[in-house]
Amino acid sequence: MNPYYFASIALILIGLYAILAKRNVLKMLVGLSIMETGVNLLLISVGYVSGRSAPILSEGITPDRAVDPIPQALVLTAIVIGVATTAMALSVVINLYEKYKTLNVEEIRRLRG
Amino acid sequence: MSDWVAIFIAALMVVSAIFAVEWRDLLAAVVGMTAVSLFASIAFFFLQAPDVAMVEAAIGAALSAAVFIFAINRTERYESEEEGTGWWVKW
Amino acid sequence: MVKRIFAIVFILIIGFWMAKALDQVPFGQDRMLVGKYYLEHVKEETGAVNAVTAVVVNYRGFDTLGEVTVLFIASTGVAALLWRKKRKRTAKTEGSVVLTTGARLLLPFIMLFGVYIFIHGHLTPGGGFPGGATIATAFLFLYLAFTVYEVDHKIFEPLEGLAGVGYVTVGLIGLAIGGYFLFDWIWQTWGIGKENIGRLLSAGFIPIIYTLIGIKVGTELTGIVDNMIKEPEEGGQ
Repeated sequence: MNPYYFASIALILIGLYAILAKRNVLKMLVGLSIMETGVNLLLISVGYVSGRSAPILSEGITPDRAVDPIPQALVLTAIVIGVATTAMALSVVINLYEKYKTLNVEEIRRLRG
Repeated sequence: MSDWVAIFIAALMVVSAIFAVEWRDLLAAVVGMTAVSLFASIAFFFLQAPDVAMVEAAIGAALSAAVFIFAINRTERYESEEEGTGWWVKW
Repeated sequence: MVKRIFAIVFILIIGFWMAKALDQVPFGQDRMLVGKYYLEHVKEETGAVNAVTAVVVNYRGFDTLGEVTVLFIASTGVAALLWRKKRKRTAKTEGSVVLTTGARLLLPFIMLFGVYIFIHGHLTPGGGFPGGATIATAFLFLYLAFTVYEVDHKIFEPLEGLAGVGYVTVGLIGLAIGGYFLFDWIWQTWGIGKENIGRLLSAGFIPIIYTLIGIKVGTELTGIVDNMIKEPEEGGQ
């Protein structure tokens, strides 16, 4: 198996493990960020064509010597949106901490109500 | 040659991700997450995506970590996990 | 412990399934369909040399408008969730001499680099998204170096709104001239820069829209940093 495919699957699974098994909310968000990086890497490596160069058609690069531009365009915007949504999730976590004084999800579940 | 570079970067990414998830100090975990982003940026460059590499280096490695560190500054730094850190990351 | 074992079994099943699926997708093979059309026609249809930029701004400009809207909503959400009556910077220690001097010296160059990235988005790798992020990094640098620094909200928030309005306005002019939203009127109707593809003054409205996106991304990410670094005063809840 290709190392990039392996790395992206491994990153997605490690992030998923953090979301499922960890109790700290911030650690879950770290896992979510890692998962996002894995998904981006998977998209880019699916669009790669071996032996070709970046899709910038300057001198000497004809269209049949460039890699697929569409996954790159998708990932380009997805990264920026990712950091904005992560910041929003972090502000929810800050509010949660101000209310319950803990970041442990099980304690928060117990304290609720 | 390029195969070995790919294997090396993939291994670094996976190892940093495991550290980021397993370290109990959240500040260290954020640094691990940043390392994943940085190596992913190098991987994007080798996969002929310089645009994505630039955006990942600017955002994944700088702004994302900064936002996480501000949140840790306003909450707490250590994760209280009763089972403790696994032997594979304890040093 | 049960939770952990359950999680490991679950991710192993998902990993096996993903590996099976990716086994059908050989690495590094040419399987472009739409991408081939874009690569072959990008120069005469949009005038941009960088195909990624052409896809982001021209072919899928409406999509990018949606992404910018999501960014705006997320930034507004951060501001709303962290809103308190009295907030200020609470950092006590001033940055070291290296940090403050470096911030003063490097700030114009970082800003210039960000502007360079988003103006040359149609020629070189980069564009509005990394350029805006670089500008936001420059402001983050200032926030880290000086304890009392705060961006000028009277300039920043109107600028953010104007950039978004400008994007929609460019699209509406396209609707009036060419018949659909985000029609590239500068390139296809006026034909400005047809003879110098690969130079700065080409590619129709791509530099204009990428400049607006750069300003919008920069101001919004700076706003997120500003909202997250300020803490409520004691008893000011």
